[in-house]
Amino acid sequence: MLEINNLHVKLEEEDKQILKGVDLKIEPGMVHAIMGPNGSGKSTLSYVLSGKGGYEVTEGSATLEGNDLLSMDPEARAAAGLFLAFQYPVEIPGVGNMTFLRTAVNSQRKARGEDELTAAEFLKAVREKAKSLKIDAEMLKRPVNVGFSGGEKKRNEILQMAMLEPKMCILDETDSGLDVDAMKLVSEGVNALRDGKRSFLVITHYQRLLDHIKPDVVHIMSNGRIIKTGGPELALDVEENGYKDLLAEAQA
Amino acid sequence: MIAPSKPKLTQAKIDATDARIKAITPPVVRGWSADLRADALSRLRAMGLPGPRDEYWKFTKPQSLVQPEAPKAAVFDAGEAQIFDGVDRVKIVFVDGVFDPEESDALAPNGVTIERLSQANSDIHWAKALYGKLETAGQDPVPRPLAALNTWAATDGLLIRVSGQTEKAVSIVYHHRDEASDVMMHHVIKLDDGAELTLLENGPAAARFNKVMEVEVGKGAKFHHVRAQGRDHERRAVTHIFARLKAEALFKSFTMTANGVLTRNECIIEMLGDDAVAHVAGACMGDGDFLHDDTVFVTHDALNCESRQVFKKVLRNGAKGVFQGKILVKAGAQKTDGYQLSQALLLDGDSEFLAKPELEIYADDVACSHGSTTGAIDEDALFYLRARGVSEAEATNLLTLAFLAQALEEIEDEALRDVLLERLSAWLDRRID
Repeated sequence: MLEINNLHVKLEEEDKQILKGVDLKIEPGMVHAIMGPNGSGKSTLSYVLSGKGGYEVTEGSATLEGNDLLSMDPEARAAAGLFLAFQYPVEIPGVGNMTFLRTAVNSQRKARGEDELTAAEFLKAVREKAKSLKIDAEMLKRPVNVGFSGGEKKRNEILQMAMLEPKMCILDETDSGLDVDAMKLVSEGVNALRDGKRSFLVITHYQRLLDHIKPDVVHIMSNGRIIKTGGPELALDVEENGYKDLLAEAQA
Repeated sequence: MIAPSKPKLTQAKIDATDARIKAITPPVVRGWSADLRADALSRLRAMGLPGPRDEYWKFTKPQSLVQPEAPKAAVFDAGEAQIFDGVDRVKIVFVDGVFDPEESDALAPNGVTIERLSQANSDIHWAKALYGKLETAGQDPVPRPLAALNTWAATDGLLIRVSGQTEKAVSIVYHHRDEASDVMMHHVIKLDDGAELTLLENGPAAARFNKVMEVEVGKGAKFHHVRAQGRDHERRAVTHIFARLKAEALFKSFTMTANGVLTRNECIIEMLGDDAVAHVAGACMGDGDFLHDDTVFVTHDALNCESRQVFKKVLRNGAKGVFQGKILVKAGAQKTDGYQLSQALLLDGDSEFLAKPELEIYADDVACSHGSTTGAIDEDALFYLRARGVSEAEATNLLTLAFLAQALEEIEDEALRDVLLERLSAWLDRRID
């Protein structure tokens, strides 16, 4: 599904290398987690994959189902099936959540040459999905993320994911700012989208989220590289011993 | 307040004013307005027309509004339906300032009397108490000579008296068919105590249009004004609204502007009765050779009144926006709630927004605030939308419309608001195709 080879990325504005050769391959239906200390390049990886400006790829490649992601506009990547659940969802005053969702869904359908959803079809789908995420009509009416609590913002991200039905979902620290109940709700939302074909890349600091969203593979990232890959037990190891030993091991 | 000293007019200004006056053949007027028009001419000569050195015209060059001949403006067919066609209304049509009886509805809805200024020649008329009177009051402390010029020489306009609730909006439609038309129109509107009126205006009116509207809103009366200025690229317009509010009166005026090489909209509001509310708002979109100037002066002279100014401008390709807004709170106007917001969204580095927000307060128990911002499209919001699959152009439109929406919220009637939003959205979409 997603294949990243030897990806090197620096900041556009300054001479600072953030990613220093990332290799990652995610098969369809698999859930991979990336853990790592602050500043290791986890969020940068998610931004570069989704097409945010300000970064320069100096070496390497990233493909989604064989298509070169790095040469596409962000909207083309989304239409191709990539979805990033933001760590900090953006507030957009003046744009209603429903308008936003409908525009997004139909833009992607149009880009893929599919028929746009009618107002009725869209409403039906959004109501159904919002309900399971405990998103009420009031939240749907409000401007995108404006005045939403941390938990509401993250649930709104998952609602977008559910509506857009992407093939490859990247969750960037979706657990940050969530209490235990909210984390459970969000995780249930994510798990409901696991269908054996859709792939996930879960970026997190903590093992806790991975209790709810069970990964198949866990990677440890540090200083712009993946330094260790293992099974779910690797996350438990981090939870118990921190990153110190792993980092020392990698340096040795 | 210190009265501004009246500087002696420069010879250049006297000459320019004379040249303009000479180029006009004023209408032959009998009856109640004759003296009022003569007074206006004296006022005009004493003030002189605005010149390039006048402080009040620092950001907007008045030359093309003042010169004797109107610069030509090509007639533009936008190929779209008249904006208020779907609204239940009484329609009155002027073509280059000339009344069009064929296109107009009968001038007699319930609760309202409508006369044409050019036909009202009796000696006694209710409008005599207002015509040029609110304009005169609005000349202090800042002179507005183009309004005095209008009071002197306006060829037509409507005298609207509202005595009760009106079930239909009154809609004035202005067409522009002559590329050299130079038109002055003057409306006087009086809402009796407790009366209510929605006034709609749309269309380009003329190559050069000078319009004055004097409005008196009686005790507890409600006046809603929604205006869509014409889209002819080359047209010029200077408009003045002079409003006087009595106790508990409501005044709401909204203007949408797209295109037009030069537009100066002045709105002068006097709040003379307690507990009155005045909101004036505008949304404009300018592209290329475009200057839009909102100049507002709100005077609070009573207790517990609320005023709001909300102006939003979207500018690109060298378009220029101007805002001069003032709230004057007189001594004794306690519990005043004054608010002023002017914001510009610059879609490129060539556009420009100049704002001069002012507060002048002589009462000690008031809440007044103003904010003025200039900015580009929010990059984070743009990326968020694109990451969800929305194209860059469409995302920009969505954010642009969202930016303007705050001004449109000042329109109380939701159906009317939707009419304008739809039109704005269609204009934005057309730019993508």
